[in-house]
Amino acid sequence: MREKLLEIKNLKVVYSTEEKVVEAVNHIDLTIHRGEALGLIGETGAGKTTTALSILNLIPDPPGKILEGEIDYNGTNLLSLNQKAMRSVRGNKISMIFQDPMTALNPVMTVGDQIAEVIRLHHKISRKEAYIKAQMMLETVGIPGNRLKDFPHQFSGGMKQRVVIAIALACNPELLIADEPTTALDVTIQEQVLDLMDKLQKEFNTSLLLITHDLGVVAEVCETVAIMYAGEIVEYGTLEQVYNDTKHPYTRGLFDSIPKFNEEVKRLKPIKGQMPNPANLPVGCNFADRCPDVMPKCREADPIVIDTGENHLVKCYKYMAGGYEA
Amino acid sequence: MSTLLEVKNLKNHFKTPNGLLHAVDGVSFKIETQKTLGVVGESGCGKSTLGRTIVHLTPKTGGEIFFEGKDITHIDKADLKKLRPNLQMIFQDPYSSLNPRMSVFQTISEPLIINRVERDRKKLSKRVLELMDIVGLSSDLANAFPHELDGGRRQRIGVARALALNPKFIVCDEPVSALDVSIQAQILNLMQDLQDELGLTYLFITHDLSVVKHISDNILVMYMGKMVEYTTSEQLFKHRYHPYTKALLAAVPIPEVGAKKERRLLKGEISSPINPKPGCRFAARCPYAQDKCRVEEPAFQAVEPGHFVACHFVGEINQLNA
Repeated sequence: MREKLLEIKNLKVVYSTEEKVVEAVNHIDLTIHRGEALGLIGETGAGKTTTALSILNLIPDPPGKILEGEIDYNGTNLLSLNQKAMRSVRGNKISMIFQDPMTALNPVMTVGDQIAEVIRLHHKISRKEAYIKAQMMLETVGIPGNRLKDFPHQFSGGMKQRVVIAIALACNPELLIADEPTTALDVTIQEQVLDLMDKLQKEFNTSLLLITHDLGVVAEVCETVAIMYAGEIVEYGTLEQVYNDTKHPYTRGLFDSIPKFNEEVKRLKPIKGQMPNPANLPVGCNFADRCPDVMPKCREADPIVIDTGENHLVKCYKYMAGGYEA
Repeated sequence: MSTLLEVKNLKNHFKTPNGLLHAVDGVSFKIETQKTLGVVGESGCGKSTLGRTIVHLTPKTGGEIFFEGKDITHIDKADLKKLRPNLQMIFQDPYSSLNPRMSVFQTISEPLIINRVERDRKKLSKRVLELMDIVGLSSDLANAFPHELDGGRRQRIGVARALALNPKFIVCDEPVSALDVSIQAQILNLMQDLQDELGLTYLFITHDLSVVKHISDNILVMYMGKMVEYTTSEQLFKHRYHPYTKALLAAVPIPEVGAKKERRLLKGEISSPINPKPGCRFAARCPYAQDKCRVEEPAFQAVEPGHFVACHFVGEINQLNA
């Protein structure tokens, strides 16, 4: 087994306002090994982005608050670091690619300045050297180096996302968090960007946390998969385990909801209803109201996470008998 | 089967400070009653402009539009108002296409009031509740405002509003793109049921190839304002002949283990539709492009009965015995 790089233990994040408390992330556990690509899949409001922001300690506080848990990175708990120590991690050891490349870049700085900024922040090198490195990074992501002095608006959407990737990888991070990196892009451009991320991840042996709602993107890039629903991880395993031996009714519902590309399906089987309000989660399993296999005990107490074999984790009463507590 | 809508050589060019933007450039097709034509392409290929031009939301530059055999190309305001109930539209973003200050009831009743369909208050309210029921909105949401509802319910309001006047034809411009997959499936099923029950005809615009395959009878692929390929949905997913269509379909990530096929990366990005160069618009990104492609525009012609492709070398690329 590869060396553990990051371990999220029992993380709980809430956003509290005067009238309500939104439980965005509820006691989740995740492990990312060195060089591993983990896909975190979930729908809007499942808590994917909150999980990512917690790793970088970027949860807006107030209203957000990390109530419980640990984020263990190479033996240090990131949540115990002070702001100064955290700043030396962000963009250096762990960096993030945001969803929308149009808003992630500073419109009044040239892309060269933006790439060099990260490098100069974390390494003691001269301005000139930083620009040479910036130019190399730009070329690594497939943009001609002579565009170093161009501004973001002079690039197309796909090119901007490449610039964001160049910034994220400029300091050779050990972990790259990509939050819906291709959602705003067209499919042919998405393919170019995924291909680039895949290549660079292998080349630099970077670990990747890929956050997306697209089951197809994960199948192309990731080895392990975690499915998130209403702030919890409901299924967790290797790509093969989760995709070929789908256990949790929610995961199965997701697969049944997407129109199939390779086969003929006359009618889709959507998951009925909506995700519960995270400010008012039901007693018992969060998925109970939408679940086709719901049992009386699902509404009484929250199911525990079960290992159904070979680290294929499922949070569902259906598998209580066959597995053991993880 | 009769033809409900026919478009001939439709063009829409916009003036910009840098030159003429060819948003839609010579598009022709027919849609039969109760069928769905899917229009696919990437951002900026002119698919939304096409939809808006057909329902007269954008003035056109050239071409003709026929609805139920009648020429509606140069229709005057009064006639357009009479025609509008038959041509409706569902918009992409259920967050910005609803007036935040109007309740669900007001939004759905507005077309009925404007067109003086229901003057009687009781009948009006009955009809609105009936529409809400058809699209699966519970009647206690009648007085709710859009901000109180999630994306799926908002899009149901958009559907109910489009259905209010019993249209024959609906342009659906990316109706499910802003929705999560589980909600997207609910709306797609709803739209299919409504088509069967009410005999609707759809022009379904999307960039999502899995969605378009699922819902369409025929598919039109567009690239920079031009028609690239047109055939039945079934045929297109079995055999596609245009290099762009091939690349587009190959780029779709498939949610299966080991589906990662060899990548057929398309170089570059869609170029500017402002003052496009002569020749095939796809030539700059096409792996098969030859000199002829950069000079002469390919004709949109039948390769097989009912399967049209615009490519000079379609025969050679696909080893067809044409």
